Amino acid sequence: MSKYSMHLLVCGGTGCHSSESDAIVCNLRDELEAKGLTDKVQVILTGCFGFCEKGPIVKVMPDNTFYVQVKPEDAQTIVEEHVIKGRKVTRLLYKDPVNKEPVSDSKHMGFFKKQLRIVLRNCGFINPENIDEYIARDGYMALGKVLSEMTPEDTIKEIKDSGQRGRGGAGFPTGLKWELARKNQSDEKYVVCNADEGDPGAFMDRSVLEGDPHSVLEAMAICGYSIGASNGLIYVRAEYPLAIHRLQVAIKQAREYGLLGNNIMGTGFNFDINLRYGAGAFVCGEETALIHSMEGLRGEPTVKPPFPAESGFRKKPTNVNNVETLAAIPVIILKGAKWYSSIGTEKSKGTKVFALAGKINNVGLIEVPMGTTLREVVFEIGGGIRNGKKFKGVQTGGPSGGCLSEKHLDIPIDYDNLVAAGSIMGSGGMIILDEDDCMVSMAKFYLDFTVEESCGKCAPCRIGNKRLNELLGQICEGKGTLEDLDRLKNMSNVIKDTALCGLGQTSPNPVLSMMENYREEFEAHVVDKKCPAGHCRSLMEYVINPDNCVGCTACARVCPVGAIKGERKETHKIDPSICIKCGSCKEKCKFDAIFIR
Amino acid sequence: METIKLTIDNKEIEVPKGTTIYQAAKMLGIDIPTLCYMHLDDMNIENKPAGCRICVVEVNGRKNLPPSCSTDCQNGMVVKTHTTRVLNARRTVMEFILSDHPKDCLVCSKSGNCDLQSMAHRLGIREIPGQEFAAVSTYRKDTSPSIVRDLDKCIMCRRCETMCNTVQTVGALSAVNRGFMATVAPAFEQNLEHSPCTYCGQCVAVCPTGALTEVNHIPQVLRALADPTKTVVVQTAPAVRVALGEEFGMEPGSIVTGKMAAALRALGFDYVFDTDFAADLTIMEEGTELLDRLGRYLKGDKTAKIPILTSCCPGWVNFFEYYFPDLKDVPSTAKSPQQMFGAISKSYFADKIGVNRKDMVVVSIMPCLAKKYECQRDEFSVDNNPDVDYSISTRELAAFIKQANIDINTLADEDFDNPLGESTGAAVIFGTTGGVIEAAVRTAYEVFTGKKLEKIDFTELRGMEGVRSATIDFNGLPVNIGIAHGLGNARKLLNDVRAGKSQFHAIEVMACPGGCIGGGGQPLHHGNSEVLKARAAALYSEDKNKPLRKSHENPFIIKLYEEFLGKPNSEKAHHLLHTHYFDKKEKIIIKK
Repeated sequence: MSKYSMHLLVCGGTGCHSSESDAIVCNLRDELEAKGLTDKVQVILTGCFGFCEKGPIVKVMPDNTFYVQVKPEDAQTIVEEHVIKGRKVTRLLYKDPVNKEPVSDSKHMGFFKKQLRIVLRNCGFINPENIDEYIARDGYMALGKVLSEMTPEDTIKEIKDSGQRGRGGAGFPTGLKWELARKNQSDEKYVVCNADEGDPGAFMDRSVLEGDPHSVLEAMAICGYSIGASNGLIYVRAEYPLAIHRLQVAIKQAREYGLLGNNIMGTGFNFDINLRYGAGAFVCGEETALIHSMEGLRGEPTVKPPFPAESGFRKKPTNVNNVETLAAIPVIILKGAKWYSSIGTEKSKGTKVFALAGKINNVGLIEVPMGTTLREVVFEIGGGIRNGKKFKGVQTGGPSGGCLSEKHLDIPIDYDNLVAAGSIMGSGGMIILDEDDCMVSMAKFYLDFTVEESCGKCAPCRIGNKRLNELLGQICEGKGTLEDLDRLKNMSNVIKDTALCGLGQTSPNPVLSMMENYREEFEAHVVDKKCPAGHCRSLMEYVINPDNCVGCTACARVCPVGAIKGERKETHKIDPSICIKCGSCKEKCKFDAIFIR
Repeated sequence: METIKLTIDNKEIEVPKGTTIYQAAKMLGIDIPTLCYMHLDDMNIENKPAGCRICVVEVNGRKNLPPSCSTDCQNGMVVKTHTTRVLNARRTVMEFILSDHPKDCLVCSKSGNCDLQSMAHRLGIREIPGQEFAAVSTYRKDTSPSIVRDLDKCIMCRRCETMCNTVQTVGALSAVNRGFMATVAPAFEQNLEHSPCTYCGQCVAVCPTGALTEVNHIPQVLRALADPTKTVVVQTAPAVRVALGEEFGMEPGSIVTGKMAAALRALGFDYVFDTDFAADLTIMEEGTELLDRLGRYLKGDKTAKIPILTSCCPGWVNFFEYYFPDLKDVPSTAKSPQQMFGAISKSYFADKIGVNRKDMVVVSIMPCLAKKYECQRDEFSVDNNPDVDYSISTRELAAFIKQANIDINTLADEDFDNPLGESTGAAVIFGTTGGVIEAAVRTAYEVFTGKKLEKIDFTELRGMEGVRSATIDFNGLPVNIGIAHGLGNARKLLNDVRAGKSQFHAIEVMACPGGCIGGGGQPLHHGNSEVLKARAAALYSEDKNKPLRKSHENPFIIKLYEEFLGKPNSEKAHHLLHTHYFDKKEKIIIKK
């Protein structure tokens, strides 16, 4: 590797992949070959850079030049101009959204400046299908250190001292979880990686699995050593074919190098990993449902206690950890608990990967230290609200979380602060909402999801969520009352209080949080029968402004239900009882005479 | 043994480690409500999905309300079972369940006997909000020969699934679909008739709502009784007489034989006979078969199949025809008492009274739902006229008696009619697990050894354990007896037979846990196994009080052979009273 003087890193994450980043790689290689540079310049297909808004990404090393929205046809220009002549291709450089100037490299980009990439350390740097590149960046060194210099108890203590907490959503202390699994005596134990990432729009785990699968394998082996397990299982959702492929390649390579299997590194420690596939059920991200799914049973959660550490897969002690939780483990071992716990807040150590989505300029994947404020994430890293609209809220934690409003923007992000603010960290999804988003509809949208994904075992989630969903629908259609808001609150609290698993226990969170932080909007829907954001169709009234209407009859002719009446050259009128609010008339009107009230 | 001290509703209690809050509360006389939890002690049957969330309680230090059925007691735990928070939660969850349930209590066959109805009443539910726009989960209705499924009424308690999969290991029912449309049904929501269902009816026995009920044959019986051209004959199974009283407010285990006969006569049956008579007949035939096979086997005859298996239970017959068709020569060829009765009634008795078999209607009162299916089997008819026309369950009979304005509490005892009404104590105990084989042993012993039994009670064959075994000394010859009740236990013994490892000479199998007293057609036990034990005890008590206790001593049986059949296993006996079995392994494959 050291013989290369330049590396062209092309993003191979799913997003850029579907924008033909494969073709960019091919074309770059062809160009380099044509120019006889293949032994001086290497092209690498890497994992996700996280800047999905501007993909496909090509990064040039060692100068960190960051090209965005690259097309396969640009390969020739990049080679001729940048590689050979040393001149950056300005038109492909990222432009600062404020001063509109091209930014010379990633170190000067607002998107990357405040990030601290620990979990994503290798994503965007290495070819995930080449174990040598992982090893070259200190891969498997942590496993070596643990096996040769540390006892299982030492290792667990290190993880405990680091303050690492589960990144799947619950935030349980990881070291403690390992310790509990270690304590339970058994001839067989299991290490399970939960790669069933199910929150809609979340792709943190996917990026790690696609971009740096060995980090997970190494962490699982370290965990196996610590708790006394020789079997590892990764439960990965079947909707991630690229991640599955990368994992299969990584496992095969690790086995070939003796880093998985029997007698790892000659220490006598045995540990191997196999894959299990999900089948399209969000509920199977819940650890007991996941375990039962792997056992061949219906993917339904079961009561805890007993916890998997005591009785899990095949009733044996099992440790289940999220992908992101595991990906940080090798770094914690190598750099130490003291270093890791110096990052973050008092009770939430380390970094968190967030998937920024919604009405934000820089849609993508970021990793920031715990304690970063929401304002920094949304406005500095995220680049602010797109199209110049006004910030309204940020939904965190997916369907299990709540919505934080303007008054929460300066909260340092950590597990406990978010809970105190009425939401949760969850797995890291952040959906940014603006003035055009209706919070009642958002709550209903999340209930649409949880109603679909509920396993059906317990009554409060199976039926209660459905009723919540229906009532929200009624409110969005203008058929709700103030009493219904009380009903929403009571049903939500009871569902939270009585549901069997985390899915039901958190599914009412969007409702409660939205009602708490955006109460006026709910009241507008039920008292005034209006949607302030202008989103709920049934509450919109299409009206013709008599000042502007010239009676051209264009709207009446395009109306699919004949709701518009009027004589030629006379002001037309829309009958609200017939109007279906399709918006065709407003689109057709050339005189700006139709508005929504 | 380690004990735990905790407080429930301000009352202290000390319990063994591993006791749940629900159980500890019960010990204190605190009855926490539940819909899905069901525990039949002594029978190792427990359904505990923790899904209904009705049994939730408040526990100090716990954020949510945990389900008391699935939460172990911990030292120092403080539990409150009826704070306003708990009551509000319980009622709201109940409202949810009721919101997705048909509102046809008035015409539902479970009305008055429905756990959901009772719970709604107990919790004082007066309205179900949001009904104007609430979706309900609806499904296709399914009627099989024995069981009716109306899944609109299913509340996902999973009791039927536990019985069918875990206890019976039949596997006809399991949870299907996800979320709001989740229900318990055969795979691909197929009809029961196309599934491995054996019609044992245990699902019906435990269903807390009207989702699973029996097919109602009262209308057909009424029509027969009203038809002046028909002679209607009724036979009653042993297990009915120790359970029927429960439907009229009597204690479980009340023996109402005489009152039952009186009621049946009052209902208009022309002849009131006793299935127990045919049970004695079954012993004659099956006992002879047992001795014949055993004798040949001991002499080294390789064609003699040992062990011999009892075959009076149609749920069990279905089970081995589906799952063990390779062993279909192993069970006894004797028909069940119900069917033997029908065959004899429509030949021997019909001749005696000069009635054409087509003008005779034979009705059976059974604790069993599989009997409804059994009497429809093709091989149990002559020229399309079935030996037994209709089988009705104990529950249906009780309803029928009430519709005739009769309260059996007020009836004086009456006897059965003859010649098909006399029975011995051996026949009575057919209704409980271990009873059939004990009856067989009583006769086989005396016939084989030529000696009189000194001790008639074989207590080593009795009990509620799922798999039992005993060795009976036949005057120097040890005969190994195996007993299983519950099809899951039967499967264990059958696996040994298939592998050639069975140590038994004879095995008695009953599909229903407890035997027929726990049948799918009996008054519901509502999860209380004491009811089943009381019924079994009542049968042994009735046996003890009978003057004749061995089947071969029944004078009317002796007369039947003299006048009509000749001797056990004669050609006539074989033709009327024996059957053969079929390979039905395609039934365990469900096609979409």
